[in-house]
Amino acid sequence: MNVHEYQAKRILAEYGVPVPRGGKATSPAEVEEIARGLGGRAVVKAQVHAGGRGKAGGIRLVSSAREAGEAAAALLGTRLVTFQTGPDGVPIHSVLVEETIDVARELYLGLLIDGAAGGVTVIASEAGGMDIEEVAETTPERILRVVVDPVLGLQPYQGRRIAYGLNLPAELIRPVAGLIGNLYRLFEQRDCALVEINPLVVTSDGRVLAVDAKLNFDDDALFRHREVADLRDTEQEDPLEVEAHGADVSYVKLDGDVGCMVNGAGLAMATMDVIQGAGASPANFLDVGGGADEEKVARAMEIILTDPSVSRVLVNLFGGILRCDVAARGIVMAAERMPEAMRPMVVRMLGTNAEEGRTILAESGLDVTLVDDLGGAAEAIKAASQ
Amino acid sequence: MSILVDEKTRLLVQGITGREGSFHAARCAEYGANLVAGVTPGRGGQSFQDSVPVFNTVDQAVRETGANTSLIFVPPPFAADAIVEAADAGIPTIACITEGIPVMDTVRVVRYLRDKPVTLIGPNCPGMISPGARCKAGIMPGAIHMEGRIGVVSRSGTLTYEAVGQLTGLGIGQSTCVGIGGDPVSGTSFVNILQMFEEDDETDGVVLIGEIGGTKEQEAAEFIGSDFTKPVVGLIVGQSAPPGKRMGHAGAIITGSAGRASEKVKALSAAGVAVAPSPGAIGSTVRDVMG
Repeated sequence: MNVHEYQAKRILAEYGVPVPRGGKATSPAEVEEIARGLGGRAVVKAQVHAGGRGKAGGIRLVSSAREAGEAAAALLGTRLVTFQTGPDGVPIHSVLVEETIDVARELYLGLLIDGAAGGVTVIASEAGGMDIEEVAETTPERILRVVVDPVLGLQPYQGRRIAYGLNLPAELIRPVAGLIGNLYRLFEQRDCALVEINPLVVTSDGRVLAVDAKLNFDDDALFRHREVADLRDTEQEDPLEVEAHGADVSYVKLDGDVGCMVNGAGLAMATMDVIQGAGASPANFLDVGGGADEEKVARAMEIILTDPSVSRVLVNLFGGILRCDVAARGIVMAAERMPEAMRPMVVRMLGTNAEEGRTILAESGLDVTLVDDLGGAAEAIKAASQ
Repeated sequence: MSILVDEKTRLLVQGITGREGSFHAARCAEYGANLVAGVTPGRGGQSFQDSVPVFNTVDQAVRETGANTSLIFVPPPFAADAIVEAADAGIPTIACITEGIPVMDTVRVVRYLRDKPVTLIGPNCPGMISPGARCKAGIMPGAIHMEGRIGVVSRSGTLTYEAVGQLTGLGIGQSTCVGIGGDPVSGTSFVNILQMFEEDDETDGVVLIGEIGGTKEQEAAEFIGSDFTKPVVGLIVGQSAPPGKRMGHAGAIITGSAGRASEKVKALSAAGVAVAPSPGAIGSTVRDVMG
């Protein structure tokens, strides 16, 4: 789960990480007031769950309170389109107004779950302010890595090692090493998936500040962090993804026109690949889950059909815990609820009660092409595209 | 011999009185697994299906029944505790089916098990099955499997069934099929399972199914290139997935180029793995390579 920059910075401040002065606002008048308090010169930053805000015009440098108000008026209530959002962008309901910073150096600091190491890895680089993945690929020698033992936690020497590795001046070694220790404490105590400060700025007067910050929390741990779960902003998410979340269906909206419903994440990805291999393009990822009942299958199908870009649907179910007859009845139920939205379907069912499921669909009067295997599914998709 | 589970498996199910636990415990026993005990705190003294004793603690279950393999269906908030309880009771082989365990819980558990003689399969996995020994410790549909000499290892559940279905359809049987789980951190890696298949004289070749995200497939490729002597057929799914979007499995998100399908295919191919051209061609590729 992502949170906004202003929320991330509040949490960082709780853990003793210095952040720029400023505040969050939802109206131009509020923005003007905050900017005035900062002396006029300020940065107005759109609060959205997407990277690439600067290039998209979502971050405005202003030199007076009046300009700050104008910038806020231009941003608030609009949608920001960045390379990470779809063409519709994401809504700007709030902005963060902050003091401007005299930057001497920009560093990168990140903590994340590292599958290969089996734990949390701290990543740091002197190449802050840039896309860290690109830095890692083109100049891997500029990336410092420290793996944290979950039993011991981050050791003080590990923080020092990174601080020295970043070639910081002597007086900043202890503060930065301490800051890294605090970030690990945050990561562990709040069950984060990613803590990223990019850039961590060294100011020209020798202070260290988190100028931008991204926190991502482990969805599976939200049950024990009510205060974090409450920060969720569903306005920033795709409405169909929000609905799927409520229905306990794993759904990701994609750009194509072939909707797909599958049980199991791996098989769902495989099915998307089959669609692409047939020269078409998937409209979504959808894993209906193992123990789905009729109602859940029906809701999953309704979510697929609500997407206007879907021209046809591929259903690929490997019955195990999920019984194919139950799934077929769920599909018929969805067709009854929204008959005008039904699209032609290609259906492949295998495993538990597959024959019953196929019969139910064949006799339903719906536009269904039944296929036996993934090859047949690919051919049916290809035929429909021509 | 097969790997992980066989005729000597004495199966214990943790969470046996829950909806999923009881359903799958019954399916495992039906398939032929020797189900010796169940554990649910507070339900000690009861029996499952009038024949299998239920205990309050794993320790008690092990002492009284000699259970040596545990299958865990405990809900996510309590699953890490269940794994550690099984390990501390001396159970050497543990499969955790539970999906949605906080990743830091898994990190701590995997670290705890590191120096212990314990193999943890999962979490968030379908478990394992050895058709020749009629032994199933997992949630896979037993009927699609067939006794034979091909090992299957995968990060996914239903996609493993898809692969097995294709193999059985072509008359190619399996020695053991294992799902290592879709989470970013798991108890057992592809490499661990490949090592077991290398030493298993009943396995002639392996099907390895990977997906986008992480670097587990690259580690497998490195091992196959240097230390694995049997033929391997591979498949990587998620070629059509865009970067930055998580596809159901917590591990299935492309961050950095190593996580891309194309990079994984490249690494496996370079190690001599025959990579199936599409998900529908797993069985036919095995037939062509190992037939």
